[in-house]
Amino acid sequence: MNILIKNGHIIDPENSVDEKLDLLVADGKIAKLGKPGALSASGAEQIDAAGKLVVPGLIDMHVHLREPGFEYKETIATGTAAARTGGFTAVCCMPNTKPVNDCRSVTEFILAEAAKNGSARVYPVGAITKGSQGEELAEIGELRDAGCVGISDDGRPVMNAAMMRRALEYSTIFDLPVLSHCEDMSLAAKGVMNEGFVATELGLRGIPNAAEDVMVARDLALAELTGGRVHICHVSTAGAVRMIRAAKDRGVRVTAETCPHYFLLTDEAVRGYDTSAKMNPPLRTADDRAAVRQGLADGTIDVIVTDHAPHASDEKAVEFDAAPFGIVGLETSLGLSLKLVEERVLTLTDLVTRMSTAPGRIIGRGGTLSVGAAADITIIDPEMKWTVKAAEFRSKSRNTPFEGRELKGRAVRTIVGGVL
Amino acid sequence: MALSSKDLLGLKGMPADEIRLILDTAATFKDVSERDIKKVPTLRGKTVINLFYEASTRTRTSFELAGKRLSADVINISTSTSSAAKGETLLDTARNIEAMKSDIIIVRHSCSGAPHFLAGRLESSIINAGDGFHEHPTQALLDLFTLREKLGRLEGITVAIVGDILHSRVARSNIYGLIAMGARVRLCGPPTMMPAGIERTGAEVYRNMDEAIKGVQAVMMLRLQLERQAAGLFPGVREYARLYGMNRARLEAAGKGVIVMHPGPMNRGVEIASDVADNDSVILEQVTNGVAVRMAVMFLLSGGNKAEA
Ligand SMILES: [Zn+2]
Ligand SMILES: [Zn+2]
Repeated sequence: MNILIKNGHIIDPENSVDEKLDLLVADGKIAKLGKPGALSASGAEQIDAAGKLVVPGLIDMHVHLREPGFEYKETIATGTAAARTGGFTAVCCMPNTKPVNDCRSVTEFILAEAAKNGSARVYPVGAITKGSQGEELAEIGELRDAGCVGISDDGRPVMNAAMMRRALEYSTIFDLPVLSHCEDMSLAAKGVMNEGFVATELGLRGIPNAAEDVMVARDLALAELTGGRVHICHVSTAGAVRMIRAAKDRGVRVTAETCPHYFLLTDEAVRGYDTSAKMNPPLRTADDRAAVRQGLADGTIDVIVTDHAPHASDEKAVEFDAAPFGIVGLETSLGLSLKLVEERVLTLTDLVTRMSTAPGRIIGRGGTLSVGAAADITIIDPEMKWTVKAAEFRSKSRNTPFEGRELKGRAVRTIVGGVL
Repeated sequence: MALSSKDLLGLKGMPADEIRLILDTAATFKDVSERDIKKVPTLRGKTVINLFYEASTRTRTSFELAGKRLSADVINISTSTSSAAKGETLLDTARNIEAMKSDIIIVRHSCSGAPHFLAGRLESSIINAGDGFHEHPTQALLDLFTLREKLGRLEGITVAIVGDILHSRVARSNIYGLIAMGARVRLCGPPTMMPAGIERTGAEVYRNMDEAIKGVQAVMMLRLQLERQAAGLFPGVREYARLYGMNRARLEAAGKGVIVMHPGPMNRGVEIASDVADNDSVILEQVTNGVAVRMAVMFLLSGGNKAEA
């Protein structure tokens, strides 16, 4: 089926396109771009995108799809349906499933399941170490060949610096990024929220910024030592932003991501012991939030991800200490991120870069409207007002701190490989 | 007047006139406790549940006596040994209890916020009998009661709280209560046990105990959890006692007539020397007052005062 998207405002940072154009999709690929009215395509499905943004399909490179092993929280089918609803044509799924995605058979299972029941592309991330135990490297070459686009021990950080060094060295064979969840477990200890005055008042154990900062410092030093590609996951602290910026300045191969909750919320959201504001790293202070925004604005932080971490409602309806870390994000990320455009932290082009072009480059898949590329396209109505209602999520889980929030801007069409 | 909330979860944000109401009410109940027949019919027909997820004979007994002296039916449930061990959630346990038509549930829990969690989901009045490192409001109320009784006032006095502030719900509740009542609060302890940003409560932070207690009207000594040593929070009991323990020499140097308090149970010879505990402290009066204060809280939360007003 061919599709002609007419009168849309096309933003494709990869090709420096930022103007009103028509776009023709043929055979699942981007066929042609042209001045409004210039393209003719008989028999093509026509989409009037007047007043809409037409951008390369959004990519969320940090998602927990939970399958295999935790299908009661999310499945590849429901997670990708949520992704597509949120405007994402592709997601990278983290390996902390059961079993851990540390070998070809698990990667192949995920890809087969995605091909069968998925609504968006799924790019698996393999484990750094076997079982994410931090003791022996996983067979990274096998994982790459099976389809993994990066490696990570997300949620179970590699505490042994020598092991991380070897992972960064070894990954250079395949030029795979190492996605690092930066958390010093001894400093984080039994912490459940940001260390600071709010934690003091609530009587909750704190996680200091330093728990993140010392690991960022370590991984930057190791990337510098090895020439490996390190990608710093979910940056939440001012210190991390500062160190990544300095490392980039001296040419270290580092990229970084953050999530909407880190640029919109602070640890104040935990008041009332709201377990939907419990995630790892924790929500920090207003100073950290400002630094994260600055990092996004100046490009120190390359990517916006969700760290979509679904949990069943009864798992979160417990004592704060007992609740699992993590929130869902796929269906709110775009609307929340558009706030940064409204507040003039980012331009629209910056936003598309952070949510499509940059993650596409890091994982080597998508993020472009180049002629001949797969037709992964997100059409956004930037003016549409809507209210976050978790009960309506396509995701299996409802754990969001943004319930009831009024947002402006939403994906109205998410085209994956030329399929509406 | 009456209390504005159905629950007593903490003293943070509680207005001074509500605290004063509780203390005044406690004074009348203290008289009851000193009578031959220590019982009034005030809560006859009401059901009070002691839901304790953390063992504490002293606090549980105090609440139990308070309930019984008000003629309520009091049931004790220690869940650390029953359903929690079988994996039942806090919410399920509490719903079951409420299904038995409880009026007041007294909750003690090692997780901060557990009473808050229940308060938002149950009709019963929840009284926080200590949650994690968050608050222990009835302990602070009985401390305020004791201080007011001894000193005749709370406004303008200075109280030092010494020890492991980081892990102390007693300290937090006392900070809020004392400051609300116009007292000044000094906090003293090793920096490893001082919570981040605590000075934002209005309390002053000291490292040196002798400076902290100089010229104060009262000192509250906190219990040292000996297992904190393994986490590197202090090097050993001997050094701790030397730097942050209350002893006679220190007490005398602080000034005349300084009141020494301790929420119990004490580590004798660690945070408080036996000599001071036995001869100079008001620790047993605190225990006596605890019953009266808890009677007052239960009475007021049951709408006791509304009938009279
Ligand atoms: Zn992570
Ligand atoms: Zn994650």
